[in-house]
Amino acid sequence: MDNLATLLSFGPEGWADEIAYGTFITVSLALATLPLGLLIGFFLALGKKSKERAIQISADIYITIFRGLPELLTLFIVYFGIPIALNLLVHDLLGFDVIDVNSFLAGMMALGVVFSAYASEVFTSAFKGIDQGQYEGGQALGISSFNTMRLIILPQLIRLALPGLSNLWLILLKETALVSAIGLTDILRSSGIAARVSKELFLFFGIAFLIYLTLSIISSLGIVAIERWSKRGEGVR
Amino acid sequence: MSNPDLLLTSAIDTLRPPPPARRWSKARILGVVLLSIWIAAGLGLIYYLFSAFSWAFYDRYAMKFVNGIWVTFQIVGISLVLGALLSIPVALGRLSKNKLIGGVAFGYSYLMRGTPLLAQTYLVYYGLGSFHQELQSIGLWWFFREAFNCVILIFTLNTAAYQAEILRGAIENVSKHQTEAGQALGLSKMVIFWKIILPQALITALRPYGNEIILMIKGSAIASLVTVFDLMGETRRAYSRSFDFQTYVWAAIMYLSVVETLRRVWNRFEAYLTRHLERDSD
Repeated sequence: MDNLATLLSFGPEGWADEIAYGTFITVSLALATLPLGLLIGFFLALGKKSKERAIQISADIYITIFRGLPELLTLFIVYFGIPIALNLLVHDLLGFDVIDVNSFLAGMMALGVVFSAYASEVFTSAFKGIDQGQYEGGQALGISSFNTMRLIILPQLIRLALPGLSNLWLILLKETALVSAIGLTDILRSSGIAARVSKELFLFFGIAFLIYLTLSIISSLGIVAIERWSKRGEGVR
Repeated sequence: MSNPDLLLTSAIDTLRPPPPARRWSKARILGVVLLSIWIAAGLGLIYYLFSAFSWAFYDRYAMKFVNGIWVTFQIVGISLVLGALLSIPVALGRLSKNKLIGGVAFGYSYLMRGTPLLAQTYLVYYGLGSFHQELQSIGLWWFFREAFNCVILIFTLNTAAYQAEILRGAIENVSKHQTEAGQALGLSKMVIFWKIILPQALITALRPYGNEIILMIKGSAIASLVTVFDLMGETRRAYSRSFDFQTYVWAAIMYLSVVETLRRVWNRFEAYLTRHLERDSD
């Protein structure tokens, strides 16, 4: 068992520091993707409920594409496609090649657009839960439409959207594992390297599995706390 | 045209003020700009595929793509059916009043749903695969040697957990009164479950089941990371040989058509099966 203790120690012999770094990368990728996806998703939902047909159709095209593509394929298209497109543009205009796309950024963009497509559906159904009278009330009080959205609609919308969004967060956390395929050293990749070097494949892939499980449990606990906080105004029943 | 009613309505029509002209509001301009971008992107894509097309590429890879789709369908089909079978005991376990059975079923479902499918696949294919000698001695090595089998195994276990939750939610959704009415009529437990509860539960479960099929098709792309040549696997192989980006574009078109077709067919199917129920137009 000495061997096991060394393998799992921090320091040059062990792999704990590498895997801890991978965990840090996974969590930061998920946290960085979340606001991007929420923001795009919110604007998509606004577009879907817009009265302009052209805006509705544009939002629908976006949602259909990114909801229908496998996340892995979206990731590869972003990772391989954007450098090609950028190089074409830059090469023609300036005459030199740009560098590769950073895999963290590619992961953030790919997961962000997928997240936003799903988040838009959550926001759309949340919008349906808000009475038309709320907008009219804002108008009657002479509140600008921006402030009606910010001060009246959004606080109610967030409460309605929370269950759906927390589900999406758990999905996002699991989907970050895909970035290991484009070479970002997240949990799965760092433990995969440890597994191959030490030949303890089951041990290290098992550890990766357990770290993801722990992250899920922590998230679930956090979500319960946030939902309780969001319902604090509803009183005890 | 001598009908007085008709004359009256036409008089009212002429009196009504004309509809206001559609103005070029900010929203309308934005919509036109966004839609133009999409149209330009679509035309650009068609132009790109047209200019990049070559018969050599077609001859070399077209059949491989078709085989890849077939493998994807196999993975998804087999796992979904086996998963559906396995999900029934898991769902019943989740509904059981017995603490131990309920706990085991919940633990299984949480393990499968709380971790990434990719991590599960690696754990089975590489992790269990490293116990090569032990597996050989108990005569299971032939199974775990093939990546395809490992993928089927883990996808089945994974989708069974999700399908069990769908089934459990749907069964719990059926009103308690349905069971009570059955009991009042003196029906046996089995008859109540199979003839009264399950048919109603499956109708509410239709939509989540459809979503699960789509998630499986998309999720099956992961199989390509453990050397299975499904559609994604063939795409990656073709790209690594040709460095031609159109391989990814074609794969995207194929996945998108499969998923969109399935989604539309499933919506029709659901509308057909629930045509006796009053539903929102949504």
